[in-house]
Amino acid sequence: MEEQFPIKKIIDDQGNLIDSSYEKEINEELVKKLYYHMSRIRLFDRKAISLQRQGRIGTYPPFEGQEASQVGSVLALDSEDWVFPTYRDHGATLTFGADMTRTFLYWNGRAEGCVPPEGKNIFPAAVPIATQIPHAVGAAWAEKRKGTKNVAIAYFGDGATSEGDFHEGLNFASVFKTPTILFNQNNRYAISVPVEKQMNSKTIAQKGLAYDIPSVRIDGNDVFSVYFETKKAVERARQGEGPTLIEAVTWRTGAHTTADDPTKYRPEGQGEDVINPIERLENYMKNNDFWDEKWIAKIETELTEEVESALEAMEKYPPANPEDLFDHVFTNTPSQLVEQKEAYLELIGRE
Amino acid sequence: MNVKMEKQSEQKETTQQLTMVQAVNDAMKTMLEHDDTTIILGEDIGKNGGVFRATEGLQEIFGEDRVVDTPLSEAGIVGTSVGLAVNGFKPIAEMQFMGFVYPAYDQIMTHVSRIRMKTMGHFSVPMVIRTPYGAGIRAPEVHSDSAETLFTHMPGIKVVCPATPYDAKGLLIAAIEDPDPVLFMEPMRSYRAQREDVPTGKYSVEIGKGEKVQEGTDVTVIAWGAMLPVAKQAAKQAEQQGMSCEVLDLKTLYPLDRDLIAESVQKTGRAVIVHEAHGTGGLGNDIMSVINDTSFLYLRAPIERVTGFDVPVPFFALEEHYMPTPKRVLQSIEKAVHF
Ligand SMILES: Cc1ncc(C[n+]2csc(CCOP(=O)(O)OP(=O)(O)O)c2C)c(N)n1
Ligand SMILES: [Mg+2]
Repeated sequence: MEEQFPIKKIIDDQGNLIDSSYEKEINEELVKKLYYHMSRIRLFDRKAISLQRQGRIGTYPPFEGQEASQVGSVLALDSEDWVFPTYRDHGATLTFGADMTRTFLYWNGRAEGCVPPEGKNIFPAAVPIATQIPHAVGAAWAEKRKGTKNVAIAYFGDGATSEGDFHEGLNFASVFKTPTILFNQNNRYAISVPVEKQMNSKTIAQKGLAYDIPSVRIDGNDVFSVYFETKKAVERARQGEGPTLIEAVTWRTGAHTTADDPTKYRPEGQGEDVINPIERLENYMKNNDFWDEKWIAKIETELTEEVESALEAMEKYPPANPEDLFDHVFTNTPSQLVEQKEAYLELIGRE
Repeated sequence: MNVKMEKQSEQKETTQQLTMVQAVNDAMKTMLEHDDTTIILGEDIGKNGGVFRATEGLQEIFGEDRVVDTPLSEAGIVGTSVGLAVNGFKPIAEMQFMGFVYPAYDQIMTHVSRIRMKTMGHFSVPMVIRTPYGAGIRAPEVHSDSAETLFTHMPGIKVVCPATPYDAKGLLIAAIEDPDPVLFMEPMRSYRAQREDVPTGKYSVEIGKGEKVQEGTDVTVIAWGAMLPVAKQAAKQAEQQGMSCEVLDLKTLYPLDRDLIAESVQKTGRAVIVHEAHGTGGLGNDIMSVINDTSFLYLRAPIERVTGFDVPVPFFALEEHYMPTPKRVLQSIEKAVHF
């Protein structure tokens, strides 16, 4: 199976182009766009970790190491498409246009963090593993029924492939030939369980075979292979050719969440040889005359300011309102719930 | 009856000061040693020792065959546990959080709870499903549910929920030894809240029996798990206002200790029931039925319930507003006493 699904790469760790068929398609504009977004989400991610340590937000699941997978895939979409992320995919949603202040709010225990900007089809992060996969299939199915060219992408991890919802989602996507991109980030661990213990299959891509879903295994740290392979899948979907399963092999650099201690289960030194995706892109930029120090300094300043001001806005956000507990459960709040709300507000009003 | 005395007489020579999560660990260790058909299955329970460290160190002692890191599949964990249980093993299945038990609900509802009945006793599933539950630790979304009534409503499975380290160990051992399936709910907020003396050996606390943890005369306050400390705090405040509260820790949610409830309410004539789960369809309603059936003529005030609201357990910024607080419990105590 590993031979049938070789890991596709366009650049190697040192940033050398190894698949020259993409030479023409990689231009300065694309390179800068990818670099910009990967740098941006890394700053966000590192900021979130430090905020958690200071007690300014809650438990946080870092995505460092997976920037190429998230940015490369989501930039292959158009603005009308749908995104169905997990808790670890805020890099993808931020790149797709999610609001950064609200993303901080999400990790500060606020439902406001689930509300996408108007017109952006970004579903709330799925916390129950694999549950978002059938949702993406359904949203894509709806686009197909409506006769649009829009697609939906479902993000999920290696661990998610063990849940029934993964298999049920793939089967529906296959049966109804929905325009869905099934984008797996195989970061090699599901909390503490390595992928070799999660499954006996050698690849995740091969799971597409059972459902007759075309699948591809790519180097998830090579942002070009992520971007171009996702583009191909998106094109197929728009042409009415149905779903694609993409296995992006990557590496979770940090802990599962800020509450996790990976030294308990990862062999010492594991992953040290993984060149992180931003460094890899930098190598490519240096090799190809795209390395523009002035531009990089400029975006670093801009991005730092953006993250700082999003954080400031999060911290200045009006405090969570207890009325919100009750007000959004139904379109018309049933009287018994109205009574609960009023009695409670009266009680806390007495303080 | 002096509860403390009775506990002491049960105690073996040696005890250790343990938190609840350590007591849970100790119960499993005790049973893995005692009975080699006992096995543990779950996500991240082996090498990692569980996300709350409830199974810390057990895989090192008992090996990967008995403390098994499974694939990420709750239906798979419970479904294979059924097969293991009908074929000679005693599985302890961990659901990492109660909010993630739902994929396994089908297995529990349609098989775990019915196998004994539908085979007229030929097959049984002596298994335990352990799961941390409840809000109050600023966990991410869905991690904070209290879903006990989905299981107390389900005929054929017992539901247990300790509030102290001592009871956690004793009840978990009883659950593992029970010939029928038991859902074992662990209040994650209480995991490390208190230490107490826990016997080092094997002992059990009887399933189906609650305990009067505080004597009183004016009103009976009924709680379990993470709500017991809340009920006790409210009772203390009420005491300062001259209202004497009797506090019951139910410990087992199915079957209910009807005698304990009836005896207390017949004495005080008033009841306040506290639970973290939503009010509608909550266990408080069943407890009200017990009181209605056994003690109606003794009542001096309508029964009060203090529960989570009828809304999905919120994101953590609002969780303090969702959960019953001592203030809300006190309000209901006042209402009952001054009726
Ligand atoms: C149904 C369900 N079971 C258990 C969990 C607890 N949990 C959270 S993340 C996780 C591991 C997920 O691994 P993977 O799918 O590889 O995604 P990653 O975290 O590596 O991005 C588990 C078990 C959950 N969120 N949902
Ligand atoms: Mg993973």
